[in-house]
Amino acid sequence: MSSDQSKTQNGSEQKKSSSDLTPTSISKKTESITPQFEGSLINQLVTRFGDKLVQVIYVRPGRTKILVPPNEIVQVASFIKDSLGFDHAESVSGTDYPNDNQIEVIYHLSSYSDDKLSSQILALSTRVDRNESRMPTLINIFRSAEYHERETFEMLGVYFEGHPRNERFLLPEDWADIPPLRKEFRIKGR
Amino acid sequence: MENEQRIDETISRGLEIVKEAEEDRLMTLSVGPQHPGSGHFRFTIKVDGDYIVYCDPDPGYVHRGEEKMCEYRNFIQNIPHLERPVIHDSTNITYSYSLAVEELANIQVPLRGQYIRALASELNRQVYTLYWLGIYGIFLGHSTMFMWPIGDRELFIDLLEALTGARVTHAFNIPGGVRNDMPDGFEERCLRQVAYFEKRLAEYEDIFYNNPLFRQRTEGVGILTKDDAIKLGVTGSVLRASGIPFDVRKAEPYDVYNEIDFKIQYMKTGDSYARSTVPFLDMKESCHIIRELLDKMPKSGEVRAKLQPNPKGPAGESYKRVESGRGALGYYIVSDGTPKPYRVKLSVGSFRNMLALPFLLIGSKLADMPSIYWSLNYWPVEADR
Amino acid sequence: MMKDLVNPTNFNIMVGKLGDVLTRALDLPLGYAINWGRIWSLWPVHLETACCSVEFGAASGPRYDVERFGIIEAFGSLRQCDLIVVQGTVTRKMAPRLRMVYDQMPDPKYVIAMGACAITGGLYIDSYNVLPGVDGIIPVDVYVPGCPPRPETLIQGCMLLQEKIKRSKIR
Repeated sequence: MSSDQSKTQNGSEQKKSSSDLTPTSISKKTESITPQFEGSLINQLVTRFGDKLVQVIYVRPGRTKILVPPNEIVQVASFIKDSLGFDHAESVSGTDYPNDNQIEVIYHLSSYSDDKLSSQILALSTRVDRNESRMPTLINIFRSAEYHERETFEMLGVYFEGHPRNERFLLPEDWADIPPLRKEFRIKGR
Repeated sequence: MENEQRIDETISRGLEIVKEAEEDRLMTLSVGPQHPGSGHFRFTIKVDGDYIVYCDPDPGYVHRGEEKMCEYRNFIQNIPHLERPVIHDSTNITYSYSLAVEELANIQVPLRGQYIRALASELNRQVYTLYWLGIYGIFLGHSTMFMWPIGDRELFIDLLEALTGARVTHAFNIPGGVRNDMPDGFEERCLRQVAYFEKRLAEYEDIFYNNPLFRQRTEGVGILTKDDAIKLGVTGSVLRASGIPFDVRKAEPYDVYNEIDFKIQYMKTGDSYARSTVPFLDMKESCHIIRELLDKMPKSGEVRAKLQPNPKGPAGESYKRVESGRGALGYYIVSDGTPKPYRVKLSVGSFRNMLALPFLLIGSKLADMPSIYWSLNYWPVEADR
Repeated sequence: MMKDLVNPTNFNIMVGKLGDVLTRALDLPLGYAINWGRIWSLWPVHLETACCSVEFGAASGPRYDVERFGIIEAFGSLRQCDLIVVQGTVTRKMAPRLRMVYDQMPDPKYVIAMGACAITGGLYIDSYNVLPGVDGIIPVDVYVPGCPPRPETLIQGCMLLQEKIKRSKIR
C-alpha cells in the first residue's frame, strides 16, 4: 500500500512530457481558489480525526483526496456532510489493485448549496481486502450514492452492509461469472 | 341468539371477501424495452387503480462494458467507443475524457483548439436538446413536436458535418485538441444558422410551450423540491428546474468558458413544465455563446498539440467534468504510467437522474408517467454505458 | 358424350385441369398485387436496441422522410407490424426480449439488421455483454452496414427489401 501511495504522490508533481507547448494558451484553472482553501478543508479533517485515521493523498486546486479505514468511514462522512458542507456524492467507483490485494472504493463528494465548495471535489477513499470485501454503506448520509453502490457491488463484488439491495443491476439476469471489473476477468481474445 | 351468530358470520365473511379483493387490487405493469413510451429501458410499476404505488427501474439493456473495454485500448483508441453512449452528443462525452487525459499527461492545448472545441460542444448541445424535444413529442403524442425539432436539427448536423466529417459520431475531440481546423466560410454559415434558429425558437415558444394542452399535462406534475434535488444528487436541467443555479461551465470553468459571459437559466417550480422549459432556455443561451465564441476566436493558429504516437503520462489520477446536455459528465481516470489507462469511470448525468424516477413516480397518476419520465432528461444508452 | 363428361372420374379430372389453368392465370397477377400491397406498407416495430436508433429517428424526420415509402412507425401493438429493424448492438440482456418480440409478430415478417453491431458485433466485438451479430437468433433479410448508417443508406436497405419481396412467392 505504501508503494502505491508514493506513486500517486509522485503524480501530483508531474514532469513535462515531450509535447509541443504553445505559449499562447491560457490557464485552464480559475485564479480565485488556491490550494490554501483546500488545505484548510483538509486541516479541519486532520485536526478532528487525527493523522492516523485520515491520510492525505493529494491536495490540488479543486481536488483533494483522503484515505480512511473502512470501519471509520461513516463518522468521517457525517463530519464532512455536517461541518464541511458537502451535500451529495457525484460518483462512487471501485478500482481493483491485485498487487496490493485490495480494492479501493472512492466517493467523489461535492456541494450544491455552498458557493465556495461548488467547484471542489473531495475524494473520500477507502481500501477493502480483496477476498473479504465488505464495508458499511453511506446512503444514510449521502442518498445519491444508492445506485452507484449497487453498481460497484455488481461490478467488483464489494458488499455494502446496510444497503437495502446488494443485487445485480446492469448485467443480465443469468450472469454466472466473476464480477467483470476485476483484473482476472479477461475479455475474450485479449 | 342464533340469528346474531348468523349475522356475525355473514359480516366476518363479507369482511374477508373485501380483504382478499383489496390484496388483489395492485396490478403489476412492466413498461418494457418494447414500448412506445420507454426507450431502451424497463421499469416495473405497481398501480392501485390509477395511482402508482411502487416503481423499480431495470436498466442494463444496452450495457456494453465501456469501462472494461477502456482498459484494453490506449488513450487515443478509446475515443471512438467512448463517444457511442450518447451518439448524438458525442463531442461532450469525449471533451471530458480529453480534459482528464490532458491533465494526466500534462498536455497544453493551443488557444484556437480550445475555442473550436467549445464551439463544437455548444453546437452539439443544440443537436441533443432538439432530439430530446422531438422524442418528448412522441411520448406525449404531439407529432408536430417531433417533426419540427428533428427538421431543425438537420441544419445543425449539416454544420457539424462540414466541421468534422460525420453526422453524429464525430471523433473530433482528442487529447491535445481537435483533429482539424474549421473549413472556409464556416463562420458565416454558423452565424446565419444561429440567426435563423433564434427566430424558430420564438415560434417554438408559441406553439409548444404556450400550448394549453402541454401546460395542463406538465404543470404541477412530478414536483421535485429544492431539498430533495440536493439530497438525491440530480444534475443538469433537472437540478436547474428545481431552483438551484448550478452549471459546471460557471462553477468550474474549463477551457475558455471563463472568458464567455452568459447567464445560468433556472426556474423555481420544479415540476415537469420547468424541466421541459430549462433545456429550451439553455438553447437560447447557447445561441449567444456561439456568437461570442466566434467573435473572440483567434483568427489563426494551431488546433492540436503535437503528441507522440502513444501518449502516456506519469502514474496518477484525474477527475474532470463538463456540462453536457444531461448534466455534469465526469471522468475518473487512473493511470499507472503505461499508454493504456488502468481504470476509467464515467459518472453520467442520466445515471444520477435515474434516482429521481421512483421518487417522483410513486404517488402520481399513471397517465403522467411519460411526461415525468422523459422530462428527467434520461438517455438509457448513456446510463448503461 | 355429355354422359361421358359428367362421369365422376372425368369430372374430377376436368375440375383439376380447370384449377391448374386458373392458378397459372391468376398466380402471377395475384401475387404481384399481394406483394405490391406488402411492399408499400412495411410497418416497423417500435423496439430500439441501441444507438443506431438516433439515425432511425432522423430517417423518420422531415428531411429523409421514410413515411413516403409506407414505413410508418405503428404506435399500436406489435401484432400489426411486419418489419423489425434491429438498430445497433444487441446485448445478452436484450436478446431474449428480441426473440420474444420476433415470435409475436405475425407472418410474413422481415428483418433488417442495421449497423455494424447488429451484423457482426462491430466496434464492441470484444465486450463481455454483446452478441456477435443478430443473425444467430433471428433470420435476417437485409444487412445495412455503417456505424451508424446514414438515413439514406437505411432507405436503400428498405428498397432492397422491397426488391426481395417483389421476387418472392406468396404462400
